[in-house]
Amino acid sequence: MSPSFTSAMTLDDALAAVASGARPVAGGTDLVVGARQGKAPLPEDIVAIDRVDGLRALEVSDAGLRLGTLVTHGDIVADPDIRDRYTALADASAIVGSHATRAQGTIGGNVMNASPAMDTGGPLLCFDAAVTLRSATGERTIGLEALWTGPGKTSAAPDELLVAVDLPAPADGTGSSYVRLEYRRQMEIAVVGATALVVLRDGNVIDARISITALTPTIRRVPEAEAALVGSGADADAVKAAARAAATAATPISDVRGSAEYRRAMAEVMARRAIAAALTRARGGSVPIPASPATYGAKES
Amino acid sequence: MKVAATLTVNGTSYPVELDPHMSLLRAVRDELGLTGSKEGCDDSECGACMMLLDGAPVNSCSYLALQAVGKDVTTVEGLAGDEEVGPLQRAFLQQFGVQCGFCTPGMLISATALLRSNPDPSDEEIRIGLSGNLCRCTGYDGIVKAVHQAASGDVPPLRGAPVHADVTPPHHAG
Repeated sequence: MSPSFTSAMTLDDALAAVASGARPVAGGTDLVVGARQGKAPLPEDIVAIDRVDGLRALEVSDAGLRLGTLVTHGDIVADPDIRDRYTALADASAIVGSHATRAQGTIGGNVMNASPAMDTGGPLLCFDAAVTLRSATGERTIGLEALWTGPGKTSAAPDELLVAVDLPAPADGTGSSYVRLEYRRQMEIAVVGATALVVLRDGNVIDARISITALTPTIRRVPEAEAALVGSGADADAVKAAARAAATAATPISDVRGSAEYRRAMAEVMARRAIAAALTRARGGSVPIPASPATYGAKES
Repeated sequence: MKVAATLTVNGTSYPVELDPHMSLLRAVRDELGLTGSKEGCDDSECGACMMLLDGAPVNSCSYLALQAVGKDVTTVEGLAGDEEVGPLQRAFLQQFGVQCGFCTPGMLISATALLRSNPDPSDEEIRIGLSGNLCRCTGYDGIVKAVHQAASGDVPPLRGAPVHADVTPPHHAG
């Protein structure tokens, strides 16, 4: 059998193509690179979904944030509402790949690639994101914990397309941050990553969400770390206890990017930095989003 | 099975027949004969293959050629316009931003994208804007200076005799 390629113009066309066995491609930044690296050959039958109408919207409302599956990292980090209210997500999208990756790579592709080292995963988990999966026969919405089942694995059926990612509106007093250990500023994924989201009221932590990246088979939240912060005055001891709990939950692997021992040691450092930055932001202080707004690779107008 | 398609590169339409798995880089180099864009890593790490797709940068080694149908592709060959070399390219030459030259086409494309979104970038913004492009020769300083010079708009013509494109290479002589 020889490979085939179609370019879908409507969602129905795209769903019909995946129902008949084609695999979707949007920005190509994972699919094609993965094939070059020998992770998986390119699919025999490919349907390009990057021209499908209606999947590119980025909508902020009182209810929350809806990201169409084709929203790029460049779109995310250039959006003032996301930078202001979903700051950890902007932190992550700002450092995904390079300007080219951010211009072409989509949030839907990023989520469905299900890498335990993906940068946006931790922020999406901490913001309690849900994904909507559509097939020719129906639609369902599930949380990311239910979607990600292992490294590179999801619970989505082959005929389902991710069409949108929804994040509920954060509470007043929220601050959030994503930080990663990296060897290079661009074309990098996390060696170790940590996300913190805190909600402060009268100086006390009333809600906290901590997740760890590249430290477990799927990116996950760490309830023990969150419990160490909630109810505290966000003092140094509570931050340290939370960071230590985050590191304790790590079950890292050794690979070319770092040893398990190194990753475990750095987990606490990254978690502490993420929590500190989230607290500073929740208090109204400034911790800049990485890189500068002018270099996000925004598309030509 | 190959697919008949039309690629639009630097404003010219090229009818081609493409394997669905062929990358945009391979199509432009091997099918269209535009060999300015380079293959360094074939893995989206080095940026030597950088092109513009409807004005946005893309690692063309990691982009399926058929996805570019109906979009405007710009390669280094399209940067100079009617001139022999454009101001950004002259600045690279004058500031010693070119040494072996292998990264240069990608650097020029990324610098073009950067200057369109940020006409007067700082040192740091240039370094971030070009950090998806690796250079093993220059140490980057000359490249950063070149982008500054291009941004200033003050790029004098090249000195010396113009290089003629119709000079026959020695191994083709006779």
